[in-house]
Amino acid sequence: MSRVSLGAEIALNGARLTAEPSGALYWPARETLVVADLHLEKGSSFARRGQLLPPYDSRTTLGLLADAITRRRPARVICLGDSFHDADAADRLCEEDRAAVRRLTAACDEWIWIAGNHDPAPPGDLGGRVVCDALTDGPLVFRHEALAQPAAGEVSGHYHPKAAVAQRGRRISARCFVEDGRRAILPAFGAYTGGLNVLDRAIAGLYADGFRAHLLGPRKVYSFPRSRLLRAV
Amino acid sequence: MPARFADWFAGRGWRPHPHQHAMRQAARDGAHALLIAPTGGGKTLAGFLPSLIDLAEAAEREGLHTLYVSPLKALAVDIARNLTAPVEEMGLPVRVETRTGDTPQNRRKRQREDPPHILLTTPESLALLVSYPDAAEFFASLKTVVVDEAHALAGTKRGDQLALCLARLQRLAPGMRRVGLSATVAWPEALAEWLSPTADAASVRRIEGGGAVEPEIRILDTKERLPWSGHYGLHAAPEIYQEIKRAGTSIVFVNTRAQAELLFQELWRVNEDKLAIALHHGSLAREQRRKVEAAMARGDLAAVVATSSLDLGIDWAAVDLVIQVGPPKGVSRLIQRIGRAGHRLDAPSRALLTPCNRFEVLECRCAIEGLRARTLDGEPPKPGGLDVLAQHILGLACAAPFTADELFAEIACAAPYKELDRETFEAVLRYVADGGYALKTYDRWRRLFHKADGRYEVASPRVAHRHRMNIGTIVESPTLKVRLKRGAVLGEVEEYFASQLQPGDSFVFAGQLLRFDGMRESWIEVSRAPGGEPKVPAYMGGRMPFTTHLSERVRAVLEDPSRWADLPEQTREWLRLQQWRSVMPPRDGLLVETFPRAEKEYLVAYSFAGRNAHQTLGMLLTRRMERMGLRPLGFVASDYVIAVWSLHLADDMAALFDEDMLGDDLEAWMEESSLMRRTFRNVAVVAGLIERKLPGTEKTGRQVTFSADLIYDVLRRHEPDHVLLRAARDDAKGGLIDVGRLAEFLRRTAAGGIVHRRLDRVSPLAVPILLEVGKEQVAADAAVEDLLEEASAELEAALIEEAMGGPMHAELPL
Repeated sequence: MSRVSLGAEIALNGARLTAEPSGALYWPARETLVVADLHLEKGSSFARRGQLLPPYDSRTTLGLLADAITRRRPARVICLGDSFHDADAADRLCEEDRAAVRRLTAACDEWIWIAGNHDPAPPGDLGGRVVCDALTDGPLVFRHEALAQPAAGEVSGHYHPKAAVAQRGRRISARCFVEDGRRAILPAFGAYTGGLNVLDRAIAGLYADGFRAHLLGPRKVYSFPRSRLLRAV
Repeated sequence: MPARFADWFAGRGWRPHPHQHAMRQAARDGAHALLIAPTGGGKTLAGFLPSLIDLAEAAEREGLHTLYVSPLKALAVDIARNLTAPVEEMGLPVRVETRTGDTPQNRRKRQREDPPHILLTTPESLALLVSYPDAAEFFASLKTVVVDEAHALAGTKRGDQLALCLARLQRLAPGMRRVGLSATVAWPEALAEWLSPTADAASVRRIEGGGAVEPEIRILDTKERLPWSGHYGLHAAPEIYQEIKRAGTSIVFVNTRAQAELLFQELWRVNEDKLAIALHHGSLAREQRRKVEAAMARGDLAAVVATSSLDLGIDWAAVDLVIQVGPPKGVSRLIQRIGRAGHRLDAPSRALLTPCNRFEVLECRCAIEGLRARTLDGEPPKPGGLDVLAQHILGLACAAPFTADELFAEIACAAPYKELDRETFEAVLRYVADGGYALKTYDRWRRLFHKADGRYEVASPRVAHRHRMNIGTIVESPTLKVRLKRGAVLGEVEEYFASQLQPGDSFVFAGQLLRFDGMRESWIEVSRAPGGEPKVPAYMGGRMPFTTHLSERVRAVLEDPSRWADLPEQTREWLRLQQWRSVMPPRDGLLVETFPRAEKEYLVAYSFAGRNAHQTLGMLLTRRMERMGLRPLGFVASDYVIAVWSLHLADDMAALFDEDMLGDDLEAWMEESSLMRRTFRNVAVVAGLIERKLPGTEKTGRQVTFSADLIYDVLRRHEPDHVLLRAARDDAKGGLIDVGRLAEFLRRTAAGGIVHRRLDRVSPLAVPILLEVGKEQVAADAAVEDLLEEASAELEAALIEEAMGGPMHAELPL
């Protein structure tokens, strides 16, 4: 069984995409790998305020991203914003982690940092190109946060969607992709990123005609219609 | 005894008990004292009497004289009330006050400026006092500390915290005398050691309170059909009701909150005489509980159905009968619960045990035997938690700078930490200072500064403030308040239960049938439901495993048919059938039965190691069977046995139950286990890695759960030897995973041998566990992957059926 086949196939405005268990979205036709909300150095932003979380979140996130890239060998990587937790985050990266970012950005033909609300100005010295608003490519448009009005082919992040299902009296909650065939929202990729239940109005309100959630299992993606999901508690 | 006191006793027609004299003598001799006595008999007064006398006779009464620490806030308040009587009646110049989490801010401030003579408090409030820079001044005058219900504290994290705080108090007030009050325990030596200022049992004078009169205990021989399985005891409700009716006032003890709710409903269903029967458990709103307690104290109730929420504390005059529904799970626990009846040393307590199924008949009977033989049970205190130590160290730093050497010496005086090695201590200190990570990126944001003179001091007032908001070692599981529409809060349910309710669902809670209307910001809204099939609130970890001691007794009875004579007929017949169809489980060694059923192979092991150890055993057995190619499909465990089913038959029992199970397999499984995650979360909160409260806002338990999981994964990957992971492993092994009992079982099996019976069908003794299959909620540890797989497979099946069968309603949302 190939690892790649364990993702969920998504058709978005005519484009065929794979939602991967890692939380990355792959677009084979353009050899493009998309990730959202890395939130690098979120740990140290807490440490700065006195909560000494393990300082390994950036390297965990970068490690997972490197794995996703190794599996697909994409020509292009698009980071959908909030790649850095705050304006100083890139400066707080330790030398080893900075080197890891540079290696990643150098390994692909094209690397795009879309600006997010946490990182309105992603750093210029780590490789890659900054896109401030949105990037359009054929049927798809990539931006940090979904627009209020329906937008065909929109791929975004920002909301950190997660969803829950009940099985045999247990509630299982996991990060997820959300899509309705027209627009997709990616789960947060970062190691310390929490989530917002997809049934919350902020997310569900973007999908007037319902949606599917693709939950990230440890090794596989599981797809559920909206009706099967549990709301937040 | 001074005249004033002697007169007071005489005026009430009392005579001081011998143990009250002995406690007074210990005070005169300046000796630390541990009073072990059954409930009743003026234990609390015995603890306070020397302080009252000393205060009455002293020429100088400045400052705090006596500190009283109890595990329950309510108990501290109750004791304050009870102390007020003698103080006022004798006209003693003594000020008594309480200080708990409920004490208003202005009074707390006033207390620190002008301390009372006697302060009644809890371990948490004490830890907070100890963390203030003025602690040295506040406690300098302290003469005596009285620890009530010491048996309920020693061996818990709260007990660890208290032991550490006492070590600090001893430094601030070197002459301080320690007094412990305790129920009878199996390990008085260890308890004395816990109380001792030098972790030395010999330094504490042990005083025994008079033995209570032998209690009168019966087992209900039900006229109903005794269920094969189940833990609610509802079949016996009419008989229990008759007992309540005959007695004046009863407490009906049950083992879980769900059982309390159901039995309460059932009793009211048969309550033809409209007796005042109330409900009491830890999830009910506090005001609700206080109301029930007050009604009970006034003698207004015929009965109260209660969980361990009533195990400790408040003194009630007249309880005539204690009814224990379901087995007490341990002899010590049975004694404590029975002690709630009578409450006077000279009158026998009366109790009735009501087994809920056939195995429980054996367990009840063995508990009574144990009680008569005075063989107590319960585990001696474990070594102290490193998470508690971390919290304490930061608290001390908030009070005053220290050197590592001074601190280590002080901590080693606390019994739970007497074996702590210097290296581990340093690791905890490093964790407190800067997180203790190998990757040194947090130097800028240290919590402790290491000053040039070698002393550690807290980095900023903000660190101290945040620490004080997070003091305490009890970590609640995430809950949601239950509130009537436009009405009162009824209590709290676990979030995990609430998450599965759909609007319109009904459930039983607080003794009422409620309809779930919807989720609000931080509570669930309900209204009274007209009827319907209710769900039962689920509570995690409500059931505790039966003790090793009871396990030994049950195995001995099973093996020896001559001891079956006085068992109820239904139970006797069941055992005889087992003898005929299979064999009885041996006392030493292990009986394993295998039989085919519905195209699966069942394996039932009579391991008697308790529920928690069996859950672990189940996970490890199925892993091993997987490797052997037997294709295991599931397992279910009770206190007594474990049943595993698989596609293929297991035949090499020696290999399956080999002791090496506790090696790599255990480690590998533990790391992934949700029990470890839950344990880590608690450890992280106690150690201050995750904060439960931020100044101004209180995080909900849910947010805590969430981030703890992410942190656990990251830490495990990058620093598997971090001191907090070590603390979590120690905790889990001693608690939910119960490695100790599993190891003991495997040793017993290796020594006694395995009897394997191949049967053509299920044996009588295996019926109860097979009835649990499917009823039992999925093991806390079933892999997330399996459940998701199952859920999406069901969905697929439903879709296929929908597509092939009925009309297609679904619109594809394209």
